[in-house]
Amino acid sequence: MAKRIDVSGLHVYYGDFKAVEDVSMTIEPRAVTAFIGSSGCGKSTFLRALNRMHEVAPNARVEGKVMLDDQDIYAPDVDPVAVRREIGMVFQRPNPFPTMSIYDNVIAGAKLNNQRLGRTEADDIVERSLHGANLWEEVKDRLSKPGAGLSGGQQQRLCIARAIAVEPAVLLMDEPCSALDPISTLAIEDLIAKLKENYTICIVTHNMQQAARVSDQTAFFNLAGTGKPGRLIEMDETNKIFTKPDKKETENYITGRFG
Amino acid sequence: MTTTTKKSSTGASGDGPAPMQRTLLTGSLPRYFAPALLAGVAIVTGGLLFALGTFSIPLFAVFTVVTYTVLVTLASARIESGRKAKDRLVTAVVYTCFGLAMVPLISLLWTVARMGVVRLDGYFLTVSMNGVTPTMDAGGVYHAIVGTIAITGFAALVSIPIGLMTAIYLVEYGRGRLKNAITFFVDVMTGIPSIVAGLFVVALWMVFFGPGTTNGAAGAVALSVLMIPVVVRSCEEMIRLVPNELREASYALGVPKWLTVVKVVLPTAIAGITTGIMLAIARVIGETAPLILTAGSSAVAINWNLFDGQMMSLPVFIYSQVRMGDAINYERAWAAALTLILIVMLLFFVARLVSRFFAPKFGR
Ligand SMILES: Nc1ncnc2c1ncn2[C@@H]1O[C@H](COP(=O)(O)OP(=O)(O)O)[C@@H](O)[C@H]1O
Ligand SMILES: [Mg+2]
Repeated sequence: MAKRIDVSGLHVYYGDFKAVEDVSMTIEPRAVTAFIGSSGCGKSTFLRALNRMHEVAPNARVEGKVMLDDQDIYAPDVDPVAVRREIGMVFQRPNPFPTMSIYDNVIAGAKLNNQRLGRTEADDIVERSLHGANLWEEVKDRLSKPGAGLSGGQQQRLCIARAIAVEPAVLLMDEPCSALDPISTLAIEDLIAKLKENYTICIVTHNMQQAARVSDQTAFFNLAGTGKPGRLIEMDETNKIFTKPDKKETENYITGRFG
Repeated sequence: MTTTTKKSSTGASGDGPAPMQRTLLTGSLPRYFAPALLAGVAIVTGGLLFALGTFSIPLFAVFTVVTYTVLVTLASARIESGRKAKDRLVTAVVYTCFGLAMVPLISLLWTVARMGVVRLDGYFLTVSMNGVTPTMDAGGVYHAIVGTIAITGFAALVSIPIGLMTAIYLVEYGRGRLKNAITFFVDVMTGIPSIVAGLFVVALWMVFFGPGTTNGAAGAVALSVLMIPVVVRSCEEMIRLVPNELREASYALGVPKWLTVVKVVLPTAIAGITTGIMLAIARVIGETAPLILTAGSSAVAINWNLFDGQMMSLPVFIYSQVRMGDAINYERAWAAALTLILIVMLLFFVARLVSRFFAPKFGR
């Protein structure tokens, strides 16, 4: 199920502004890859370019190549909708659909696509996804209640359940814990450790301990200067990045001696 | 009561807050002070005006409000603090303004209700004016209700899809020139005087059906011209309020854009959209001028057919009755006005129910 992502020579632009310059990397399947770097260096932009979510912004475009196993996601006849079915996304702020119950939120991917699900099939998906998101025990008695009534951390796990219910190959997470308290953060981190058995996971985080705790690979992005595009400075085993990085810039960032 | 007033008048002469010890409780007037003062002032001014033999409600209200505002501010400045005095002053002013705004509203509703009930009964609501001479003590408004429902309903049927889809286009799809042009024309349409919309349809009908053709459909089209921009504007606002995060959440699940709009954006905004549409209907249901031009003003019989013959409506009925000028005509006009108001209220009630039913829920 989990697939490898191969990025080569990727540039991302917003109109004339180049936000990300020349990134090449390989994201391994069944592993967690963390993206770290200061604010505004293009981590979100890069992440969104991996499932073509950047196209939501008017006049955003990319150059370069992103391969999902052996398929080019930017090939001319590839539908971005199909790409996003393979590469799911979890956002910074939990965003369950306010009009839907917990149950409906989980099967939203199927429902919104007008797929007909049998009752037992839907029940199965809901239970499996909520188990997968470590949320089942907390909500099993109130599946018909609105998803927006849960706590922030529960909402975020609901969003993860919703994302894995459509069985993607890859999960992208853009600072999934930055709006959460430490306990909920821990719950999500445990979940990430569990999810990586089946998925390719990319996580953007501002929290270096978090990157060290959850990830196998870490990619460090930085800006060449204000108004300049963000670039990939270094990518390696998480251990290595946090103990003896190759680049001085990385070391400065890791140790907090920045700029 | 009088003592309270006296006390605060003392406060008025010795101005400036006295220096006092600050604890949490010093320097605050008791909670009952303001209502008690208001009651006291009301009794005193009322009594004075009666004694002088010049009592009238407006005079009484003005004196009471002004005296109360002055006294409460001065008392507060003396005993409490400058900040609280300002607070009490502004509170009094705001309530006064609110009261002033309510005066015409209440008085209008009261007048319509009082005058309307004279004639409003089951008979009035269920018979037409067919075969009734203007001064006869008979006849009713049923044909006008039928016309209002048919014309407004048809206008809504035309305007809601067009308006809603335009709003969706403007928010979700529109870019560049075309979007700006549409926005501009919607703005212009908002400002079209209703009589001009009527004239436009008269001209249009002349081209298609020959001069002098009046029917319900013409009226409905004229109302649509007025209604579409209102629907577009309010739906646009509501759709814009739907957070982008929800759209992105949907895209990230591999849902195409059009399904995202239909199944995420519209349901999330449905409560606001319903209210907006109801406001648009309320805006046109009372239109008179364009209907006189397009649907005629002399129909007396029940006519459900929008495409054949003149059609009476409640506002036009009111207009033509008032023009006749006899006492009975005025009675009919008031009763019809009350009927119209009741219909609009019913619409809003239904809209409330709909939005409550559909609104996003946050219960646990
Ligand atoms: N929708 C957008 N339109 C134009 N510029 C954008 C947009 N989103 C982000 N940017 C710009 O791209 C750069 C990278 O932003 P982002 O990817 O959000 O950084 P990060 O997630 O690392 O904090 C920033 O300079 C930001 O201003
Ligand atoms: Mg970001």
